[in-house]
Order: sequence, then structure tokens, then C-alpha cells
Amino acid sequence: MSKIGVTEVQRIAKLARIGLTDDEAARMAVEIESIVTFVEQLQAVDIKDVAPTDQVTGLVDVWREDEVHQSLSREALLANAPVQKDGYIVVKRVLNG
Amino acid sequence: MVNYEELRRPLAELAHNVESGKYSAEELVQASLKRFADTAEYHTALELNMHALEEARAVDKRLAAGERLPLAGVPFAAKDNYLTASTHTTAASNILAPFEAPYEGPAIQRLKAAGAVLVAKLNLDAFAHGGSTENSDFGPTKNPHDPSRVPGGSSGGSAAAVALGQVAFALGSDTGGSIRQPASMCGVVGFKPTYGLVPRTGVVAMASSTDVLGPLTNHVGDVGYIMDVIAGPDASDATSIERDEDSYSVPVGDLKGRRIGLIKEYLGEGLDGESKTKLLELVEQLKARGAHIEEVSVPATELALAAYYILVPAEISSNLARYDGVKYGHSSKAATNLEETYLKSRSEGFGAEAKRRIMIGTYVLSSGYYDAYYKRAQRVRTKLVEDFAKAFSKYDLLLGPTAPNPAWRIGEKGDDPVAFYLEDVMTVAVSLVGIPAIVVPMAQVGGLPIGVQLMAPQRHETSLLAAARAVETVIGDWTKR
Repeated sequence: MSKIGVTEVQRIAKLARIGLTDDEAARMAVEIESIVTFVEQLQAVDIKDVAPTDQVTGLVDVWREDEVHQSLSREALLANAPVQKDGYIVVKRVLNG
Repeated sequence: MVNYEELRRPLAELAHNVESGKYSAEELVQASLKRFADTAEYHTALELNMHALEEARAVDKRLAAGERLPLAGVPFAAKDNYLTASTHTTAASNILAPFEAPYEGPAIQRLKAAGAVLVAKLNLDAFAHGGSTENSDFGPTKNPHDPSRVPGGSSGGSAAAVALGQVAFALGSDTGGSIRQPASMCGVVGFKPTYGLVPRTGVVAMASSTDVLGPLTNHVGDVGYIMDVIAGPDASDATSIERDEDSYSVPVGDLKGRRIGLIKEYLGEGLDGESKTKLLELVEQLKARGAHIEEVSVPATELALAAYYILVPAEISSNLARYDGVKYGHSSKAATNLEETYLKSRSEGFGAEAKRRIMIGTYVLSSGYYDAYYKRAQRVRTKLVEDFAKAFSKYDLLLGPTAPNPAWRIGEKGDDPVAFYLEDVMTVAVSLVGIPAIVVPMAQVGGLPIGVQLMAPQRHETSLLAAARAVETVIGDWTKR
């Protein structure tokens, strides 16, 4: 009955950029399966000709003047960066050499 | 020394006492801090504001200079997903443990401008994912009415802090019931405004299409008093809406002739028997005051929970993508390249429930599943909007329980995620439809509080609050019911 195995869980984890051990993935497979089974009930609902809703108050395309505003200081925003140097955020190498 | 019981006074009275010099802002904040210290075992606060007394003295100076402040010296606390400058902001998650916010949002700014003093940051389920604070990475909060039980959640720290008299009011956030359900479980008032009425800027995002900010208070009248300060649009949140021109501080309404629909789907076998009895007793009393109350079916409410647990995780997976171990928050020391920085920082920093929701959300949005899950749930959301509109064409207000049962024991539910999700069944529909709802303490069941939930159409805050004040009057002392 299980549709979501460890391989599928690891595929989703890769998309979500969350590292999971195989033990964690096995546990997660059971939990995700139970949640997906629960939400499966929507498959029986007749939604023909029903438009999707993503905004409930009816606001569309809220415009503002294109003006210069005071923004937060570079120092304040960099203060939380785990590693910074010369006013930049430092990241680990992108490619393995 | 001012006794903490003063903090339970109506806010207008409390602020008046400070303005008229009965006591100072500093003395009130001292009383609040002392109460936090004396009841620390309930673990409501994740951090006290070390500058609170200093900030209170600044309020006293503003008053001395002749400023009129509607919340003069009123001590309050905010759920720790509100960005605040003088403390950390963790959202109760390890991944944000080191974070110090570089700015504050309109809700906090407006309260401070009105003279309120932030005393503490309060516990929650990490990232507001949960209904008990058991998902906090820093340990659960205890229910003031029985410390072996949860306070509800996710704004459990906020509800418990108000119930304990630690602060005069608290701020919470409500994405699927996170203000209303803990209010019910702790015996305080909890208010979820219309979507967009309080700008969301400056609060850690969970699900942007249903996240709303609101207060938890001792009295229904306090809700309007606070809304007068925090409601209204801000350019930083394009989804924020215009406020009413009239004050939200409304007098007690008249129940005579009010048409109120009792949502039938919330009275089924999922509802604890004694909770149902107490609710129906109250309904009879409201009828005796002239309210026309009858059962109404809102069929799509039965689908709301399933739609919610597709749409909300989808938005969570997008919103929580920003925690990458690079810009702020926890960064894994074990990573050797950028990809590993992401994988390991997120693996180490997120707790089990945040991971589950990110995973579910990623799954329902992924190629091949998007139409079957996400798009379908968005259409079910439309059906829900339509069903509520239909009900509101016949009734001024809708009424129902807040939660299936009173507070459960810490750890009692085990680790089946669906068992936890089912607790949200009576609150999520309101969130998906974007309407305002208020929870008022109604009675106790086995010594534990339960609250009644009242709902109104979008932007009908004033009539909702007027009716809720009337209901509060009919209830009287809920501890004796």
C-alpha cells in the first residue's frame, strides 16, 4: 500500500535541500505516507468548473510609487551572517575541486 | 510594589492609571518581570527583554512631557516569531537560535509608539508548526491550569503568559488556529482578524496566504483597544488592507435579533461530549437573550483540514527555503562545499515537524503532483469560501467550539503527525477563508478551560467584537460554569 518509499523520500529531501540519513528517511516515509493518505480524501471532491483561490481579500496588483526609501544598513544586515569578510557574505566553494 | 493582579485590569483602565500617576510604567513593568520570575516553571518566555525597565522609564518621561499614550506603560510580550530589536528572535527553532533582528514590523512599532513596553519573547511550536508548543526546540510551555498539560499552540506561550498574569496582553500569530486554540486551552480571549488587517511584516513567515497577527487578552474589550493601535495597512506588506474608519473599541452589543448559525459539522463525534454540552448550554442562554440561533451546515468545512495540510505545507516549503546557513541563522560547521552548507545546516537546524512540513510541501508542489494536490486543494479552498459566503447570507455570525477537546497531557499524543493535525479541525477553515474569529473563555471541563469561537464575514470586526462582548457578559465567570 505504501507509495512513498525511502527512495522517493530521498528524492524529495534533495529537492528540499534537507540532508536525511536512511534511518530518518525510513521514519519520514511512514509519516509522509500517513499524511498523504489523509489528504487523499480531496481526490473524491467534484471540482469541475471551480476556480482556484490563492488570495482571499480580493486585492490584485497593489502598486506603489517608485520612490527612493531609506533601507536597512549594510552593517545591520550583515551582522547575522555566519561568515563575512570585507562587507561580503562568505560561502563555501560551489564545486568540488 | 505593584501587584501583578493589576495587569488583569482592562487595558484602558491600566493605561489610565499610569497616565494619571497612580503608578508608573516602570512599576508596572517591574510587576510583570517579577511575575515572570515567580512563575518561570511554566516556561512561557524564551527570553526576557533586558531593556524593559529602561524602556518603561522612557515611557514615563514621554508622559511627563505631556504625551498622551493609549497604552501608557502597559507591559506586553510577543510570540518569538515577531522580530524585535532588543532580544533574539528564534521562532523557537534551533536554526534561528543566534538571530538578532535588524528591524521591527508595524505591529511592534505601533504598540511601542502607543506606550506599550515589550517585556518578553514567548514560546511557540517551532516556526508556529503545531498546536501544543511540544514542537518548540527549547521545550514545551506548561498549561497554567494544569502544568502536566500543554497550553495549546502554536501561540501557547502567549496564551499561558496572559493566563498567568505575566503581561497585560500578548501578541500571537494565527495561520490555522494558533491564536484561537491556545486561548481556548488557557482560558483567555484570542482574536484572529481578517486576513491582512494587521501587516505581517516583521513576523517570521509560515504560510503567507493565511498568516495573520492578533492579540491574546483578558477581556474582549481589550481586543478592540489593541486593534485600534495595530490595525491598518503598511507599504511593506502589499497584502495588508485598509482598517475601519470607526474605532474597534465597540460597546457591548445587543444579541436581540442577531442571526447566529451554529456550525453543524463541528458538533459531530469528533467533539468531546462535555465540551458539547457546555456549548449547547451557552447557546440556550444566548437564545434567551433574543439571539436567533440555529444549526447550519457548511459542508466544505469537512474538507478544510485536508486542503489546509496541502496548501500550508506548500507555502511553508517555499518560505522556509530562505534558511540556507548562509545569510543568517545556524550554519553547519561540518559542510565542505555550498551544497553541503544547505543540506547540513537545514538538517541540523530544523526540528522534526518543520522537516515534515517542508517535505510534504515540496512533494505536493513537485512536478507530476502539483495538479493532483496543490491545484486541487486551491479549488477546494474556493468551495470553502463559497460555503461560508452562503452561510453568511443567512446569518450575521457563525458560532462553534474551538477545539475538539480541552488541553491534553504533554507527550500524550505520541508522534503520529495526523493525530496532531486533527486537533486543528475546527479552526483551519476560518484561516483559509480569511475571516475574523474570536475565542472567548466559556466554561471548564474537568478543571480545564474551553472557549467558544465566533466568526464573522471579512472586515466585520466591529460587529463581531460587539457580539463577543455580549457573549462574554452572558458567560460571566467561566470558571464557575
